[in-house]
Amino acid sequence: MAAILSVKDLKKTYAGGFEALKGVTLDIEEGEILALLGPNGAGKTTLISTVCGIVSPSAGSITVGGHDAQVDYRAARSLIGLVPQEIHLEPFETVWNTIRFSRGLFGLRRDDAYLEDVLRKLSLLDKKNSRIMELSGGMKRRVLIAKALSHSPRILFLDEPTAGVDVELRKDMWEVVAQMKADGVTIILTTHYIEEAEAIADRVGVITGGELLLVEDKDSLMARMGQKQLEVQLSTAVDAVPAALSHYSLQLAKDGNALVYSYDTRADRTGITALLNDVAEAGLVLADVQTRQSSLEDIFVGLVKGDQP
Amino acid sequence: MNWVAVISIYRFEMARFFRTLAQSFFSPVLSTSLYFVVFGAAIGSRIQEVDGIAYGAFIVPGLIMLSVITQAISNASFGIYFPKFIGTFSELLSAPVNFLEIVMGYVGAAATKALFIGVVILVTASLFVDLTIAHPFAMLLFLVLTCLSFSLLGFIIGIWAGNFEQLQLVPLLVVTPLVFLGGSFYSISMLPPIWQTITLFNPVVYLISGFRWAFFENADVPVGLSLLAIGGFTAFCLGVIWWIFKTGWRIRA
Ligand SMILES: Nc1ncnc2c1ncn2[C@@H]1O[C@H](COP(=O)(O)OP(=O)(O)O)[C@@H](O)[C@H]1O
Ligand SMILES: [Mg+2]
Repeated sequence: MAAILSVKDLKKTYAGGFEALKGVTLDIEEGEILALLGPNGAGKTTLISTVCGIVSPSAGSITVGGHDAQVDYRAARSLIGLVPQEIHLEPFETVWNTIRFSRGLFGLRRDDAYLEDVLRKLSLLDKKNSRIMELSGGMKRRVLIAKALSHSPRILFLDEPTAGVDVELRKDMWEVVAQMKADGVTIILTTHYIEEAEAIADRVGVITGGELLLVEDKDSLMARMGQKQLEVQLSTAVDAVPAALSHYSLQLAKDGNALVYSYDTRADRTGITALLNDVAEAGLVLADVQTRQSSLEDIFVGLVKGDQP
Repeated sequence: MNWVAVISIYRFEMARFFRTLAQSFFSPVLSTSLYFVVFGAAIGSRIQEVDGIAYGAFIVPGLIMLSVITQAISNASFGIYFPKFIGTFSELLSAPVNFLEIVMGYVGAAATKALFIGVVILVTASLFVDLTIAHPFAMLLFLVLTCLSFSLLGFIIGIWAGNFEQLQLVPLLVVTPLVFLGGSFYSISMLPPIWQTITLFNPVVYLISGFRWAFFENADVPVGLSLLAIGGFTAFCLGVIWWIFKTGWRIRA
């Protein structure tokens, strides 16, 4: 499939001289969900803002749906909806006028039925005529999403959409995201919540210090980098790891009722067979055995740590 | 040209105005009435006529200009500064609109509000004094051009301003003195000769003089010069805005 968004060697140095993006290259395919993970200050918002036209790039190119984002900015921006990280809304205006304004900015004729449908999906319809300042924080975030959807974008950016958001809104939001994906919309989201990326993303990008460390299919990333853990449950508790097993770097868990063995799925030999043999030889009786795959979070923490000096 | 966007910005800005319509309407009515009480009754009882025009009527064009210029600047500068302040400006940057469309939306709305207030003052004034307008079209032309050009100036101030103090600074330190000393309440011929010369460096003199000519066919400077002055000022503001547009000054990080 062709890339709907293509970023090449994108650099951004802010006026103060801070280099927030150090040459990011990224292709995003139509219809996929890409999760950008990265610690605070990694450059996620800068990357999104540059693609959307809020920040001008220092170097590099951005192509959206085949249109250069600088030269052919109208065509490029028309395809994009942005849910920004910060809640910025005009407090005295009503929800309805706010989203009509957003649609108008994109040059689209008014379409009340469509906009009402957007509000309904976000459980905002009964707040249609409320002023923004009368809304709770979560409701305001829904308004931001409604604004982004007001012009039926083909690409949707969600910048930390679930930061400080209640469970209900998260649920609603993922429903909307799932529905948009079903409609073929391309979604790029940044998040701190790795389990979220793990749950909904097709691909995961890891960015830190203005550099994209990797972009990879989520499943293959987890398979490639995943640590697995083998938990050996014992029928009788032990006080310490037996001396005969000391060379395995085992951890004692559950009040001495289990031994935990971490191994790398990428390794040629996992050492499981030998371990189990030695456990039996040490005179321990197995009650049960189970394995656990490490989460994206573990992978992410490992990657970012490894990158830092 | 994204006309739908221009109209959307215009309407969004006008909505702010309509929310405070009562205030927008009554404050100029009240201040105009006060001016007539103070200048018309108190001073007017001593100065009967200026250049053969009743003093009460003579000050009307200047009064309108005073309010229209202040309103145009404050509406336009606030209109564009407010989104910058609360952060909604980034929405304009990420939308498929260019700077010209943004200017048209904001300046158009600010000029409309100023025009509305100018008309309200004109109507209020006509309740106090006998007013005949010798050249209604010229009057309207001057009024509209003033609304537009000073809204453009206000837009520039709003883009430039980094805080609310700066937003007030230019109108307070530059514009208000120029307007007050621009012959709103007197004819330049009433000044000592040296001040007559100095006053001619005040651009607002040309505006008020031309505007007054449209009412009474009485002017401090030739009306052609007045038109040239306002035309030149509009061109200057457009030039600055074009430069802002080219460089992205104070707009994009
Ligand atoms: N307007 C700006 N001027 C100067 N530095 C900025 C600006 N915006 C962001 N930065 C800096 O750029 C870096 C990346 O910021 P950001 O893109 O917001 O990161 P993230 O969204 O990943 O948390 C940070 O160190 C931040 O301080
Ligand atoms: Mg961010």
